[in-house]
Amino acid sequence: MTDKLKNLRDTTALPGISRRGFLGTASAAAMTVAGANLMFAGKANAQEPVKGGTLKMGLGGGQSSDSLDPALAANSVTFHVLRTFGETLVDVSPDGSLDMRIAEEIESSPDAKTWRFKIRQGVEFHNGEMVTPEDVLATLERHSDEESQSGALGVMQGIESMSIDGDWLVVNLDTANADLPYLFSDYHLQIQPGGGRDNPADGIGAGAYKLVSHEAGVRYTFEKHENYWDDTRGHYDGVEFLIINDSTARMAALQSGQVHIANLVEPKVASLLSRAPNINVTNVASRGHYVFIMHCDTAPFDNKDLRLALKYAINRQEMVDKILQGYGTIGNDTPINAAYPLFSGKLAQRNYDIEKAAEHYKASGHDGSPIVLKVADGAFPGAVDAAALFQQSAAAAGIPLEIQRVPNDGYWSEVWNKEPFCASYWGGRPVQDQMYSTAYLSTADWNDTRFSNEAFDALLLEARAELDEEKRIGLYDQMAEILHDEGGVICPMFNDFVEGMSTKVQGWVADGGQDTMNGLAPHKTWLVG
Amino acid sequence: MKLLAQRLTLGLLLLLAASVLIFMGTEILPGDVAQSILGQSATPQALANLREQLGVNEPAMTRYFDWLFGVLRGDLGTALTNGQDIATAMAGRLSNTLFLACSAAVIAVPLAIILGVIAVRYRGQWPDKLISGVTLTSVSIPEFMLGYIAMYFLTVKFQIFPSVSTIHEGMSLLDKFQAIAIPVLVLVLVVLGHMMRMTRAAILNVMQSAYIETAELKGLRPITVIARHAFPNAIAPVVNVVMINLAYLVVGVVVVEVVFVFPGMGQYLVDHVTKRDVPVVQACGLVFAAVYIGLNMLADIVSILSNPRLRHRK
Repeated sequence: MTDKLKNLRDTTALPGISRRGFLGTASAAAMTVAGANLMFAGKANAQEPVKGGTLKMGLGGGQSSDSLDPALAANSVTFHVLRTFGETLVDVSPDGSLDMRIAEEIESSPDAKTWRFKIRQGVEFHNGEMVTPEDVLATLERHSDEESQSGALGVMQGIESMSIDGDWLVVNLDTANADLPYLFSDYHLQIQPGGGRDNPADGIGAGAYKLVSHEAGVRYTFEKHENYWDDTRGHYDGVEFLIINDSTARMAALQSGQVHIANLVEPKVASLLSRAPNINVTNVASRGHYVFIMHCDTAPFDNKDLRLALKYAINRQEMVDKILQGYGTIGNDTPINAAYPLFSGKLAQRNYDIEKAAEHYKASGHDGSPIVLKVADGAFPGAVDAAALFQQSAAAAGIPLEIQRVPNDGYWSEVWNKEPFCASYWGGRPVQDQMYSTAYLSTADWNDTRFSNEAFDALLLEARAELDEEKRIGLYDQMAEILHDEGGVICPMFNDFVEGMSTKVQGWVADGGQDTMNGLAPHKTWLVG
Repeated sequence: MKLLAQRLTLGLLLLLAASVLIFMGTEILPGDVAQSILGQSATPQALANLREQLGVNEPAMTRYFDWLFGVLRGDLGTALTNGQDIATAMAGRLSNTLFLACSAAVIAVPLAIILGVIAVRYRGQWPDKLISGVTLTSVSIPEFMLGYIAMYFLTVKFQIFPSVSTIHEGMSLLDKFQAIAIPVLVLVLVVLGHMMRMTRAAILNVMQSAYIETAELKGLRPITVIARHAFPNAIAPVVNVVMINLAYLVVGVVVVEVVFVFPGMGQYLVDHVTKRDVPVVQACGLVFAAVYIGLNMLADIVSILSNPRLRHRK
C-alpha cells in the first residue's frame, strides 16, 4: 500500500495531467459537441509558467453572509477562497490520484484501519508560524469532535481516535477505509494555526496566497505568500475575486476584460461566448449530476416496477442536448461516471424505451392517478424545463406525471429529502465510496432516495476495506448494478464544468473535481501578453 | 413644532411595528439559519451544534426582546452567519447605497423638474411629446433590461465604462464615480419619468387658475409665468413624488445592485434573508423603514412650509 502511494506521489509531481486522466476525460467529453474545447485546454500545458501579474476572477455563487471559517463553507465562492489561501493534507490530482500537500508520506496498516500521515517540514502559515503536527491534529479535531459544526463532519465520522507520533499524525478508524486519504482532501479541512480554535474565521492558512482583504459577497484580494513551499504552484503576484452572481453581468465582465476567468458559464450562452474574440470557453466532464429522486419507501415509489417505468420513461440524450446544450454526458441511474477512480463502465446503459416503460408501468398496477413531481428553478439549472421534458417523454409511454413548481426559497430544507419525488443535484465526491456513503447507504443522513438494500450496504463496507484494486472494481460494479435496477435515483445527466477565460490565461488543465480546475486556477495558471 | 413632535412619535411607533412585522415574517419562512449555512453538507449533529452556538433554540419572544433591547442600547448585534458586527458591515453598505442614490438623485431630480417645466411650456408640441415619449419608454423597460442594454453598448461593444461597479475603500473618488456611471445612468432613467410626469401634471393643474391668466395677460413671458407663478404652487405634489423616488433609490435598487455588482444594502439584505439571518434582516428592515418614514415626514414638512394656508393655520 505504502509503495503504491509513493508511486502515485511521484507520478503526480510531474506537471500537467497523466495520460490516463487526459484520455479519460477527453473521451468522456468527445461524446459532446463541445469536446474540441477541452482538447484545446489540454494543449496549453507545454509552456513554461510566467511569474507575476494579477489574476482577476469573476465568480458566481457567493453571498454577503459568507464566513471565512472553513467549517462553514458551503458555496462556490467560499470553496474558491479556501482553496486559494488554504492548504489541506492531501489533494486529488486531475487523474484521480493523490497529490501530497502538507502530508508528504502516507502509510496504512494492512487492514486499512490505522493510517499514518507524515507532516511536511518547512511549511509556513501566513502569520509566520510553522505548520506542526499539532496544528494538523487540532484542525482535524475541530472538524470531527462532539461540538463540531463543520460541513465535513460527515466525512470525519468514521474516525475513532487521532494522535501524534513525532512527525507523524496517526489516525485510527472504527471500520477499515481504503479511501481515508481522499477524505482528507475535503476543502473544509484547511489546516489552520492551532486548528483555528481561537479564531476560525481569521483567514490564515498555509496556501500559496495570503488573504489581503475580504468583503463577503463582494470582493476578495490575495497576494503571493513568499515563503510558500511549492514552486510549482502560485505564479501570480496577486489574485482578486469579484463576486458576480448575475450570469449576464459575469459574462459582460469577461467580455469587457474586467476579469480573466468567469466560472459557471450557462450552457445556453457558452457557444455564443466562445465566438467572442480573445475568449476561450472550456468544459470538462464532472462528477456533478442532476437527478430526479424517488423515496423507495413511499407509495407509489415503493414499487420497483413503477421506479423502473419512470427510469425507462426519461429521455437522457434529449436532456443533455436541450438542458445542457451538449455540455454534459448522459447518466445511467447511478451517481458514478467515468470521472471517478475505479469506474469500469461495465454497466449497460439504460435508454429511453417507451415499450419497456409502458410494460413496467402496467406491471406496477398503478391506479393511473398523476404522479406528482416537485421541482424548483434552483433544484438545478434548467430543472423546470427538464421536468417538462420528462413529463412529455413519460406521457408518450402512458405515464401521467404532474409537475408541481415550488419556490426556490426553502427548497433544500422543505422539499428535498422530504418530498417523495423531486428534482435535485449532487456535486459529486472524490471517490465512489464517499458518494455512496453520503447518499445511498441505508443509514446515511442524506439518503435522499430512502434506499435500503442489505446486499448493497454489505458490498459498500466490503469495498471500503478492500485494498486490492481489481477486487474493489468488481465490488463497485455489483453495487452499481443493484442501484441501477433497484434504486430510487433517476440520473439523466452529468453536467460539465463550463468556464470562460481570456486567451491570456495559460496553463489550464482539465480537472473534473470542482469548477475552475478544482479551484486551483489561481495556483496553476499564468498570464501572458 | 407640536406637529413635528407628533410626526416623530408616530414615526418611531411605525418603526417598532415594522420591526415586529419583519421578525414575524422571518419566523414564518421555512428552514433556519443553521440549515441554510450548512446546506447539503450538514449532518444532524453539526446542525444541532450550530443551533446551540447561535442561540436560535431560544423561544421567538425571547430572541425578539433581546434584540430590541440591544437596539435601544445602540447594539445591533452580530450576524449569525459569519459573526461580523452588523453595525460595521451595514455602515459600509449603507454609505455605498447612499453614495449611489445621491449621485443618481443629484442628476435625476433637477433634470426631471426642468424637463417637466419644458414639457409644460411646449405642451402639445413636439418637445413635450419627445420628453414624455422618452421618459415613459425608459420607465416601462424593466431595470435589469435597461442595465443589460447599457452594459452591452457602454462596456462590451464600446469599452467606455467598467461593467462591474464594485467600489471599495482603496479607490479614489474619481474612480468611484467612473465605476458607478452606468448604474447611475440606469437609475436616472428609471426614476426620471415618474417625477417628470408628476411635475408636468402638477404645474398644468395650477395653469388652469385665474391668476395665471392674469399673469399671461400682463404680457409676461410663458417661461416666467411657469417658473415664477405656477411652479411655487405645484411644489407640494412634486416634493411628495420626489421623496418617494428618493426612498426608492435607497431601498429598492437590489436588481441594479445585482446586475452591476454594486455592494449596497439591497444585496446585503437579500443574502441574509435567504440565510434566515434574523438580526441582519431586522437591522436592514429598520434602516429601510427609517428612510421611508423620514423622507415622507420631510415631504410633509416641505409641503406645509410651501403652503401659506397650512403654515399659518389658526
